[in-house]
Amino acid sequence: MSTIQNIQEELIEDFEMFDDWMQKYEYLIDLGKELSPIDAKHKTEDNLIAGCQSRVWLHAEKQDGKIIYTADSDAIMTKGIIAILIRVLSDQKAEDIISADLGFIDKIGLKEQLSATRANGLVSMIKKIKLYALAFSK
Amino acid sequence: MINIDKIRAAFPILSRKVNGQDLVYFDNGATTQKPQAVIDAESNYYANENANVHRGVHFLSGLATDKFEETRNTIQAFIGAKHSPEIIFTKGTTDSINLVANGFRTLLNKGDEVIISELEHHSNIVPWQMCCQQSGATLKVIPLLDDGSLDMIEFDNLLSENTKLVAVSHISNALGTINDIETIIAKSHKIGAQVLIDGAQAASHIALDMQKLDADFYCFSAHKMFGPTGVGVLYGTEESLNALPPYQGGGEMIKEVSFEKTTYACLPHKFEAGTPNIAGVIAFKAAIDFITDLGVENIAKYEDELLQYATSEILKIEGVKIYGTAKHKSAILSFNIEGLHPYDIGMIVDKLGVAIRTGHHCTQPIMKKFNIPGTARISLAVYNTKQEIDICMKAIKKAKLMLS
Repeated sequence: MSTIQNIQEELIEDFEMFDDWMQKYEYLIDLGKELSPIDAKHKTEDNLIAGCQSRVWLHAEKQDGKIIYTADSDAIMTKGIIAILIRVLSDQKAEDIISADLGFIDKIGLKEQLSATRANGLVSMIKKIKLYALAFSK
Repeated sequence: MINIDKIRAAFPILSRKVNGQDLVYFDNGATTQKPQAVIDAESNYYANENANVHRGVHFLSGLATDKFEETRNTIQAFIGAKHSPEIIFTKGTTDSINLVANGFRTLLNKGDEVIISELEHHSNIVPWQMCCQQSGATLKVIPLLDDGSLDMIEFDNLLSENTKLVAVSHISNALGTINDIETIIAKSHKIGAQVLIDGAQAASHIALDMQKLDADFYCFSAHKMFGPTGVGVLYGTEESLNALPPYQGGGEMIKEVSFEKTTYACLPHKFEAGTPNIAGVIAFKAAIDFITDLGVENIAKYEDELLQYATSEILKIEGVKIYGTAKHKSAILSFNIEGLHPYDIGMIVDKLGVAIRTGHHCTQPIMKKFNIPGTARISLAVYNTKQEIDICMKAIKKAKLMLS
């Protein structure tokens, strides 16, 4: 079982291989395409994340003491971004998710790749992920 | 004739790089870039002319007032208004519409009707909803046809003796449709209703003549016509503006103030409470001069050529659907590509130096009508070129390849 820290380090290594933005984008697009589909019944208004230009749904469940996240978006790049967050934070313990320091975001240059409005969307995604974890930890 | 090299040389920002690429700026519907003359006029005011207007007896105050009023006179000539006090300076089109809608709260009663259209920008929807909520009037909506033009038959049906005001845009910011406002104004006036035109997308693209057009109110923003942000115009006929109660209270807008009774100043000051955006208004004149030197008709002709070229080029890309295919269009090309989200397209072309807008363009009812989350929008200005359109098309094809 990988820890949040280990997965972040793997991602940083992956992104170090890319020479330019296009490869990063292609990687994000691939991640978006590969993201396991969310159950249609979870694509509800409540699960929509506010602050994104495209629609993003995020659902969370607790299984065997860990939080499992599933998500979808109508834009593939956005789906790629939420897929990265899910790779790092899904299938972890609530307390680890809440206290996670997501240093990898700056190290892989994800924020630089996004304009300010989109970076706000990223912040909203992280916030929603952590809020779910907080709700399940109670 | 349009000398494109000379025009482009006037805009310093057009020579900068974005993401390592030459900038292709196709988001002119959101705001246009500024020529050096506008930038210079704004900084020259602060460097050499700064003083408050319409007050002091001193030299600089007189100078600033003269230059401020010179812009008003320039706009009067530019839009063919009868009197210069019919030009009210505001913060922008949204502010202009709110000024009128706020006044109509007290002019409208239960049973009165306001007509807007399905293709309005949110700023020509929400102020009227608020106005109707408070006055008890009813809001009616002219529906949109599939080509992005207004259903003029339904407009005829909506007009009645209860109609007090019709508020429509001259050009749709999301679809590019040029609405038949001449007919709308004539028919509305026939039944005694007033008309407000949201001209935000029109003022630098179509020649305007207020006396010929006969609108009661016409609104536009400086920043969409090469001028500074934070400056707009509300044009209103003397009669309509005199009938409208003041919007904000404060200095400048009064004749006499006592605790028992305050009387209001004459036009235009009645609607210009507080210190205005003096630097912006003065610099706005340089923007109007820039347009006048080129000639609005020449600009329109050149932009029409660009729009036709962009339209035919984009239709060569498989899966493209254009939203807004009305016969009369101006400078705006809204589209989607089958299976792709406009946001994804916008993000990738941005990396290739091309600035387009993606999303609902503050026109959610239009998006609902076409059942789409948004569109990608190319909006052109006179400094754009066919070569830039080629670069944009190449970028869109690249995005399509990466995303498919």
